[in-house]
Amino acid sequence: MEAGADALPDVPRRVVSMNLCTDQLAMLLAAPGQLLSVSHLAADPRGSAMANEAAGYRINHGLAEEIWLMRPDLVIAGSFSARATVDMLRRLGVPVVVMDAAHGLAEIPARLREMGAALGREDAAEAAVADFDARLIALRDEVTNRPRAALYYANGYTSGDRTLAGEIIATAGFANIAAEAGLPSGGHLPLEVLAMADPQAIISGRPYPGASRSEEILDHPVIRALRDDAVGAVLTDRDWVCGTPFVLRAIEDMRDTRRRMEAE
Amino acid sequence: MKRLAPILLPLVGLLCLGSLVIGPADVGVADSLRALVAGGEGPLTLVMREIRLPRMILALAIGASLGLAGAAMQGYLRNPLAEPGLIGVSGAAALGAVISIQTGLAAGFALALPLAALAGAVMAVLLLLALAGPRGGALTLILAGIAISAMAGALTSLVLNLSPNPFAANEIVFWMMGSLADRSMSHVWLALPIMVVGWALLLPLARPLEALTLGEDAAASMGVNLTRVRWQVVLGTACVIGAGTAVAGAIGFVGLVVPHILRPLVGARPGPLLIASALGGAAMVLAADIAVRMILPGRDLKLGVLTALVGAPFFLHLVWRTGRQA
Repeated sequence: MEAGADALPDVPRRVVSMNLCTDQLAMLLAAPGQLLSVSHLAADPRGSAMANEAAGYRINHGLAEEIWLMRPDLVIAGSFSARATVDMLRRLGVPVVVMDAAHGLAEIPARLREMGAALGREDAAEAAVADFDARLIALRDEVTNRPRAALYYANGYTSGDRTLAGEIIATAGFANIAAEAGLPSGGHLPLEVLAMADPQAIISGRPYPGASRSEEILDHPVIRALRDDAVGAVLTDRDWVCGTPFVLRAIEDMRDTRRRMEAE
Repeated sequence: MKRLAPILLPLVGLLCLGSLVIGPADVGVADSLRALVAGGEGPLTLVMREIRLPRMILALAIGASLGLAGAAMQGYLRNPLAEPGLIGVSGAAALGAVISIQTGLAAGFALALPLAALAGAVMAVLLLLALAGPRGGALTLILAGIAISAMAGALTSLVLNLSPNPFAANEIVFWMMGSLADRSMSHVWLALPIMVVGWALLLPLARPLEALTLGEDAAASMGVNLTRVRWQVVLGTACVIGAGTAVAGAIGFVGLVVPHILRPLVGARPGPLLIASALGGAAMVLAADIAVRMILPGRDLKLGVLTALVGAPFFLHLVWRTGRQA
């Protein structure tokens, strides 16, 4: 039986997280009753791997006023959170920890430890890190022939090897065509360059509700033809969004896709 | 026109060829054209037939439409400032297109997209004619146009901001500035038939517009059916602008600049100016679309940025001249 936050000396007891990724790290590591509120994005199953868990917390919208009224003793924000909100909370005397997003797999243990330190849950963080490292090693296959894959999103954007999505597919045993196109960190990949690269797998974002011209490119006849030819056509989901241990599920899915491609 | 055709036709042909062989994928001219014509397996055929060919056809057709609509409106209203983009017709067409996309109408029934844009354009043209018909001055037309543009722009932004899709709001720029990036043959099939109907309505206006230069009464006595001419202008403009805007967004100033440059070369006659402006408009949009690919490849610089950079100074010049005459 785990001790509740009330039993612990000198740790924050009313923690509010206001960023999708810190929400999930906090939910993974917080002691029962320690975490008070998570952002509304954490409750949205389209982007959050922990939408069910988030239902057990109060929801905030990242606004200084509502967060102040929750009387938090610690606010955890992401580096993309609104600066004005963070500054306002600090002026009101609320301690705010701003955490950077994980830009690669190697940064995930660091983020877990950082969150553990902020919450006074270092032991839980170490356990999570050990588990993450062990599962990550188990997922790595010996791959001799890496299928060429493209990550392709709305507006023709691609993610390169130096991004979380890029590392997910690299770990799963794919070669990313963004590197061939000279986009190691990703960027705009013109449709014709993608077509000429002729990837064996196309990994694209799941369309949002409502229509947009930006996503229309994912329905372009050229993409459809590539999808028909390519053995692997995958949609990314919530496991890809944040640098949390949930990326292991994304890696596992991609590894299974690659194994299926090899079998064919 | 007889003097202009030997210049404009080869120019348009050359620009069409340029549009086909210039792109971010680094392929030789001969290889690309062979893949386009002969086809064959491999990604190059796909690139040529599904990316570059539709882009070239749309630039050609939309450019011709913009030039033609500009010349027709200016001839009918006898006002050199009448241009579909400036007076809100394109903006209203964009609003119609955005509404049909965001309500899901366009997803259920593909033709709903150009038809909704057409409906928006018809409403704008009718409103303009009611507010500033042939007897209204240049100033009334421009003021009415500004009001319609502002209203259509605001409503387009509102609809896109209300969309649950996080990308939609960023697309305000596309609808206001226009782009031909990543269009496909399906867009050509959506827009082209309606544009052809528009051309069929606008091109026969050559003779009536000539007659109208003498005034409405004189034109009527020469056997011109004024009611019919008005409807031809309204529906023809709405068809070409609506269909073009539905697939490429609002591209401004082409219908202003092109007739303005070509008018002295056809002896200021509105009839020959129609076909000359269609060719000139095609050349201008093809050139602008090649330029956006060469200036900032892979960044999707909007077409309307270039046409406005060329067109806005022209507009200022025209305003200045109109002011001095008044």
